[in-house]
Formats: sequence, structure tokens, C-alpha cells
Amino acid sequence: MSDAKRTPLYDFNVAHGGRMVDFAGWEMPVQYTSIVDEHKATRAAAGLFDVSHMGEATVEGAGAEAFLNYVLTNDVSGMDDGKALYSLMCRPDGGVVDDLLVYRKAAGSYLLCLNASNVDKDLAWLAKEAAAFDVNLEDVSDSFGLIALQGPKAFEILAELSAADLSGLGYYRFVEGEVAGVPCLVSRTGYTGEVGVELFVPADRTAELAEALLAVGTPKGLMLAGLGARDSLRLEAGYSLYGHEIDDAVGPVEANLMWTVSLKKEGDFIGKAAILAKKAAGPDRKVIFFKTGGRRIARPGTDIVAGGEKVGTVVSGTFSPILNEAIGSALVKAAVAKSDELAVDLRGKAYPIERTRPPFLPLNPQA
Amino acid sequence: MSIPADLKYTKDHEWLKLLDGDEAIIGITDFAQNSLGDITFVEVPEVGDSFDAGESFGVVESVKAASDLYMPVDAEVLEVNEALEDSPESVNSSPYEDGWIMKIKVKDAASLEALLDAAAYEEIAKD
Repeated sequence: MSDAKRTPLYDFNVAHGGRMVDFAGWEMPVQYTSIVDEHKATRAAAGLFDVSHMGEATVEGAGAEAFLNYVLTNDVSGMDDGKALYSLMCRPDGGVVDDLLVYRKAAGSYLLCLNASNVDKDLAWLAKEAAAFDVNLEDVSDSFGLIALQGPKAFEILAELSAADLSGLGYYRFVEGEVAGVPCLVSRTGYTGEVGVELFVPADRTAELAEALLAVGTPKGLMLAGLGARDSLRLEAGYSLYGHEIDDAVGPVEANLMWTVSLKKEGDFIGKAAILAKKAAGPDRKVIFFKTGGRRIARPGTDIVAGGEKVGTVVSGTFSPILNEAIGSALVKAAVAKSDELAVDLRGKAYPIERTRPPFLPLNPQA
Repeated sequence: MSIPADLKYTKDHEWLKLLDGDEAIIGITDFAQNSLGDITFVEVPEVGDSFDAGESFGVVESVKAASDLYMPVDAEVLEVNEALEDSPESVNSSPYEDGWIMKIKVKDAASLEALLDAAAYEEIAKD
């Protein structure tokens, strides 16, 4: 672990009992107390997550909008200042380079938030494509800490630390402001299915803000939450994770992410032709979500079977602390994607699964 | 971390408590439950099944990982802790009491000699 990178909250995490593991080259807390307790606290009150390992890049210049609309599948042209947008960045063959958030700070000035595991690949990809546009690309990952405050008490906690009223901030909108006296970009986004925010903070002041949020939040039921709870929360919400539901060979047609692909926007974008062709012909494989009805987790790599034949592979699997059963997602042959006869093969025994349309629980992050 | 002095241990982080006669209770240690994290499922064999020492007899699963359970001694299963079916988290909260896994019949008393005492186990369970 000696070569692993440390976030601005490394000392904070260790001091608060974080069990540190290597994740995408970063020393990150997988849990502080219990994944199940941290998960439940986030659904019931609030969870505070260090997600500073995520990468950030700025895209600036007169050609920024045209550039982003060429490299991303979604349409940035309709964004106004203070708007955030989820998009895929696809390969020419329709596979996914990364999924990311775009923030429009001003005309010709955008911030991208990238998966930690993909930052280097993304920046190389973006830099290569940027050559044809009037645009400046800068990796600003080291400048920011990123804190996610998620859960029904998130805005109540923020209200105690902010002079500005943030409660009216719309879903997928952001403002630049101050929380606990620390300047930050407050984004009404998240990866848990709960109401909440993500706070982009100057790296050297991230720990100060985390301590303030923890102090105010703890009496309200807030818990520090690690990557373990982050994964079980996002899977309950049915959100895709790069390297699981999507990757360089599994794109928006397979992963039910066509809502992130704007086929109407002006001009070409990378992957458009391949995505259109796959949509027309129908994909070979589809991503499905499922419940097992039992407590045994079908972990990534587990076979999905139908009639004794392997028809797919589990790509995400965890235990839902809210449903008290194992849940997961799988990449299966398209022909069986609507079958009710699927099973997971756990240690040689087939356990029937129930296909489920995510989210697994009624969730309303826009509330 | 708790390592009760009156129990026997294995290098696989299981404990064994000798009862009267040739019966014993087995479970996993505090160190083991803490390493696994939130336990969600414990698979145990049928009453009457027999296992050799070192043989895998079941699985304990946590949110993070699945881990095989190994029989500490040559044994026959006399009783399983059925409460774990609905409350596997007892293994986390009470690894040496409510979270016991099985009652066994020790087939060969000599095999108990290979088990570790608390002091020897503590050396293995050091972080």
C-alpha cells in the first residue's frame, strides 16, 4: 500500500477509525464502524463520505461546449450556469471510456468529475480529442477534496453551517458558496439515491469542513460512511458503476443508459454510429438487476444460469441492509434478459433470482 | 480484541469450547468476525454429518467476503445454531456466546492436542 495515494482526509479517516484499503491506487476507508450501520444511517439520517479520490478536470475556452458535445454522449448545449449533467464518454465502438458529471460554471467554463480508476485514461483521451478544438484542458484533481453528504438530514446539517439558504438548490444544480466558513462548490448530486450534496473543497481545507459536518451531524444520526456503504447504497439505488455495469465493452444500449445519450443533439459525437447500429440491431447482452430472496451474496463473476446453461455473469453483488437480502446486477444474453427462469450458481447449486427494476427501494433523491 | 482464556483455538480463527464428555461448541473468533465485517449469512452442515479435522464444513459470508469454515477436530455435528439463520449478525456482536455456530461430538480426543491455547492464538491474531 506504500505507493497508494492519500486523500486530503487521510489523517481524518484514520483518526476516526477508518479501515483503510487500496482502492484504485488510493488508500480509502472501506468502513469506519460497520458497512450495514453506515448504510442504514445514510438512509435514516445522513452519511458523510470521503470521495476525494474522484478526479476533476477543467475544460475552458470558446470551443468547450462543442468539444464536450463531441466527446460526451449527453447534450451539454442545453445547460445553463450552475447546472450539472450526467454523461457517458464513449469509444468509437460504443463502449464506455468513463461515466462522469459535467458542471457548467459559465459559458466556456466547465468542470468534469471523473472516476478515480479512470482519471489518467480519461485525461489522455480528452487531451487527444481536444487538439481539434479551441479548448484548454487541465487536471485539477489534486486541488480538490470531495465530500459527499447524503441522506434525509443532509440539508438540516448544512443549514447549521451555512449562512446562505441551500435548501432551494435544485437537483443536479450547484452553487459556489461557503460551508462552515470553507469555500466550496455545493452540488445537489450524489450516488446513494438519497437527498444530499457533494462538496468540492480546496484540498487543504477539506478536513476542516469534514470535522465541522461531523460535529453538527453526529447528534442528528450522521455516520461516517466508507466505500463499502457507498457501493451497497448505489446498488440499492440501481446506479451503474464503471467496471461493473459499464466498461469499455459494455455501453449504454446494454446497460439501459440510453437516457444519457442524446441522439438529437447537433453534430456527431464519438460512438454515435456504433450506438445507433447496436440499438437498431439489438444488443447481444443486457444488464439486469435482481434479488436473490436469500442472504447469500452472488458476487461479481458468479454464473447466471438458465436451464442448466450459463447465460450470463454477475457484475455487482451485495447485501441490502434495508431489504435484508442479497441483491445484484448481471450481464446476460439479451435473449434471456426478460426471463423469469434465471438462477445464480453459488458453489454448484442454482438459486433462483427475481429480476427487479431498480431502484430496489422507493427512493427520491429529488425530494 | 477478546480471546477468552478458557477456549481452544485454530490458526483458521475458530474457537472450540470443551463441554462435558466428548462434546464441544465451536465458532469463529472475535478477530475473525472483526476482519470479516458485517456477517450476513452462515452456512452450516446437517446434524449427523461428519468431518475430518481441517475439512471445510461451511461458509461465513460478510458484505465484503465469503470465508470457509474448517473443522477444528475430527467431529460429528450434534446441533447447529439455528438462530443464525435469521440473525447472523450475532456472530459479530457476540462471537463467543450468541454467535456460536455448532455443537459437535469430538471423535478423537487426541486431536484436541493440536489446538492452540489463548496465548498461542493471540500471537497469530496480532494485527
